Order: sequence, then structure tokens, then C-alpha cells
Amino acid sequence: MSRPIRKRREYWNQPAMSWRERMYLFEIIRGLRVTGGVFMRNMWRWLTGRKGALTAYYPEEQRADYAAGNRGKHILTKRPNGKSQCIACNMCALVCPARVIEIEAGFDPEDPAHPKIPVRFEIDYSRCVFCGLCIEACPEDAIRMVKEVPDLPAYDRHTMWLKKQELLNWQPASDAAKPYPVAPAEATPGARKEHG
Amino acid sequence: MQDLVIYGIFIAGTLGMLLSLGAVLTWVERKQAAIMSDRIGANRAYIRLPFTRIKLIWFGLFHGIADGLKMLLKEDFEPNASDRFAYHIAPWIVITPVLLAFSVIPFGGVLIPERIFSAFPTISEWFGDRVYPMQIVRFDAGLLLVFALGGLPVIGAMLAGWSSSNKFSMLGALRAGSQMISYEVVLGLTLMGLILIYGSVDLPDIVTQQSGMLFGFLPAWGIFMQPLAALLFLVASMAENRRTPFDLPEAESEIIAGYFTEYSAMKMGIFMLAEFIEIAVISAIFTTLFLGGCNLPYMGDTGFSFPGGYAVALPHGLTVLVQLSVFLLKVLLVSSFQILVRWSLPRFRYDQLLLFAWKFLLPLGVANLAVTAILLWLLRRGVS
Repeated sequence: MSRPIRKRREYWNQPAMSWRERMYLFEIIRGLRVTGGVFMRNMWRWLTGRKGALTAYYPEEQRADYAAGNRGKHILTKRPNGKSQCIACNMCALVCPARVIEIEAGFDPEDPAHPKIPVRFEIDYSRCVFCGLCIEACPEDAIRMVKEVPDLPAYDRHTMWLKKQELLNWQPASDAAKPYPVAPAEATPGARKEHG
Repeated sequence: MQDLVIYGIFIAGTLGMLLSLGAVLTWVERKQAAIMSDRIGANRAYIRLPFTRIKLIWFGLFHGIADGLKMLLKEDFEPNASDRFAYHIAPWIVITPVLLAFSVIPFGGVLIPERIFSAFPTISEWFGDRVYPMQIVRFDAGLLLVFALGGLPVIGAMLAGWSSSNKFSMLGALRAGSQMISYEVVLGLTLMGLILIYGSVDLPDIVTQQSGMLFGFLPAWGIFMQPLAALLFLVASMAENRRTPFDLPEAESEIIAGYFTEYSAMKMGIFMLAEFIEIAVISAIFTTLFLGGCNLPYMGDTGFSFPGGYAVALPHGLTVLVQLSVFLLKVLLVSSFQILVRWSLPRFRYDQLLLFAWKFLLPLGVANLAVTAILLWLLRRGVS
């Protein structure tokens, strides 16, 4: 039984090739000129001390152009006396979908307005999903995220826990969008408005 | 005894050079592909100096060592229902002819040990007035031997595909067989014109005939005598080497890895090494036939002599060194060009591949041969 000979279907937008394109050789040379040109350009940039590729060598080199709203590493905000604003209410730990926040509460007799403080405040960055829910859950604006990413890469996952001291140690200048928090005890409503 | 020493050095040198070129070319391929596509490329493997925190990265050169170590330490898996003898011998059949093909390629001019060791009278007296052409085997049919050895790896590929008892391997082997036979024809035919011009299949003879100048400004290299043949030869030899755009036998997206699908660890590494060494060998053959081997324009065995009577005499040792490095540089440039092609062009379809060989390259090769023969006949008649 013989099959009917099928004609190749013709499309209305059938690409028409000129004889140059059909020769294939000239198009190959054009393609090689493109790739070779990129190679030469990048080599020239490298020889003159610039970077050919835009890639950042991540752990050694951090990119400078993180967006202002980037959810990078967490910080704990401080009162003017240098103590953490956190009242160890555990709301961030509860809302955290990855359950990476561990807080151990303690008693601080020196500050009667905020007697409950975190003795231990740790975040496991090996599991953190950077969703930012902890920031939204915090009633005291004690935890925030800055655009810089944490210094994560390590050979051991136990080194990826950030402790309270490291979280408190942040540069307010790099978080210029939000004002430095004023201690609620001293702040009058007018003063707060002035900052906000 | 003197011959033994000199040829021992030649053999050790070329073998070492080929094997290390095979390793270096993997690095070149990675880095060049990365730079061509605005990437950085492999740069994480390092060697740490003992007792310090200094890490030597050297632009990722150690990735080759890391790859080799990985392949040596992997499990050497073997398929159950294979023809064991053929399975084990196949990688060696692929790599041996590739290494052997280099034995007839002249990688320099002549070496006169007496003049190199002129500072040490005992050594130079021991060598006497012996003269060594820089080539492992002085064989007057060298080009034919290169062809013969160039056709052998396909047997290894067929054996590997057949003995793996895997359909993908089988497909790859069949593809390799038909592809290499087709392109072998083209390869031989393109060089006919060159053989006509030089009247010899002796590679050192061909190289010395390329040392002059054409029309006073072009070096008398084969690529200027036979530009079309050079192009066809490069295309056909890249197809022989089974690399993209001709990598049908090992097309990853179609048949996994082709004929070495069932190979693992260092056996697979040998296939890869053979492929990379073959890049270097093809470049060496191309350099010898079309780029004048170790010849630089205006350079002879005693030094440079520029037109206008300006001459720079070089001591013999320096001449040998310059010739060796010129040869190596040309080989590296041609290898780099092959890698450029490999990372620029997409793969052929299978029918396109065979049509390209039989309907495009072969007629062009025949036409090139005919035109060369007629021109030569006219020229020789005019002379006599």
C-alpha cells in the first residue's frame, strides 16, 4: 500500500532567504564575527583592568546596587541608650514560616517601661526565606531588614546563625529611608511626627 | 646512543606537550566560551599553599586537575551485558592514533646539538656533526600516515558503541561511522591540490617549501596558495573530530552522550582527552600544511633577513626556541579558532550533515583540485 506523497506545507509568512543566507558560509562568518568581537571586547576590557562580564564574584565581592527595598539581612533597632528595642514578645518567631527565629526572654530591672528583654535572639540564615513577615509582625519596630545581604557562604551550616550582638551591630546610615528610632519613653508625639 | 637521547627527548616532549595541551584546552574552552558570552567561567578550584591562607586560583587553571581527580576517583561503572574486551579496549583505540599522528609532524626546523652545547665541549664533541630534523619519525609519506591514523579513531567509536549494549551508544556509533567516512573523503580530496603544488607528501619538505615569499609580500604559506582548500580542510577535520556543529555522534540533547554513554570515570575521561588532543593535532596538521609550520616571514635557519639587506643573526639555540614557540603559537591560535566555531554555531541536522559533505564540500574539493591542476599545467608549460 503506497502512501500519498505529502507536499511540504507553505506558510503565508514563509521566511525568504536571499542567496547570501542560503550559501550559509557568509552567515557563519557573520556569526563568528559577532562572537569573536564579544571575545575581543571582553579581553580588551580585561587587559585594561576593567571587567568584561558584569558578574560579581559573590562572597568576595558584593554588588553595590541592591535596590532600596531589597530584603537582605535582619537588624535589631536600638534605643538611644544602646539597648535593643525588642521586647521578646515572640511574635516574629510565631509568624515566621521557616521557623528560624529563636528568642529567649529575660528580665531587665533597670528599665521599668520595658522589663522584658531578649537574652538570646538568633536567626538561622541557612533556612531563612527572606519573606519579611517578621518585620510586619513586630509591634515595636524592633526588627527590620536592610538591603545588604548577610555574609552567608560558609562550609558549615552552624556558622550561618546570626546572634543578637551581630544583629544589633548595624549602620543606621545605610538605612536612610527609615529614621533612627526614638525611644518611646522619652518621645513626645510631636517629636515623632517630626521624624516621620 | 646520541640518537636515542635526542629522540627520547623529542618523544617525551611531544607526548608531554600533547597531554598537557589536552588538559589546557579544556581550560581554554571553558574560559573562551565564558568570555565570548559575557561570563566569567570556572574560577573556584584553588590550591592552597600549605600552612598559609594563600589560595592560588590562577584564572581557574586548576579546574583541569580537579576534573582529572574526579574522574580518577569515580566508580568505574561497567554495563552488565557488554562485550568486555571490546568495551575495555575502545578508549585506547580512540586515543592511540590521535597521539601517534603527531609523530610525523615537524614541530621545528633542524636541531644541531653540537652548536647548542658549544659552551660544553664534552657534550658537543659527543654529538659530533649530527643533525636532527625536529620530528619524531622521518617518514617520506608522512601525510598519508596522518590520514591513515586519522581514520582509525572511528573504529574505537564503533567498538565502544557496539559493545556497550545500549541503543543510544549504538546510534552514536552508527552516526560516527557514516559521518567520519563521509568527511574522510572530503579531507583527502581537499589536500590533493596541495600535494600537486608541493609535489610531495613528506611533511618537512612541505614545510620548507612554504618558507619563501609570494609576490614579495605574502608568506608562501599553503593558506595563500590554496585558500579554499584550507577552509574545506578545516571544516572537514572539525567534522572528523566530532565537535559542534558536527557533534552528531555525541549529541547530548538527542542521544545522551552517543557512543560513550555507558562509559564512566577515566574511560570516559580518555574519550574526552582524545577529543581535546585531537583539536591540538588537527591544529598542528593545519599549521604544517597551510600555515607554514614553524616558519615566520623573513626568518631562516640563521636568523631574520628583511628585504633591503637588513639582517639579524640569531644563535642556533635561540632559533630553535623561536621556531618551537612559533609552531606552538600557531597551533594554539588554530585551536582557539576551532573553539570559537564550536561555541558559535548550532548543530546540524543529520541529513544536512551528510548532504553538506557529499553535495557541498566534495564538489568544491573536486573543483578546487581541477582548477589547481589546470593552473599548474599551464604554469609548468609556460616555464618549460
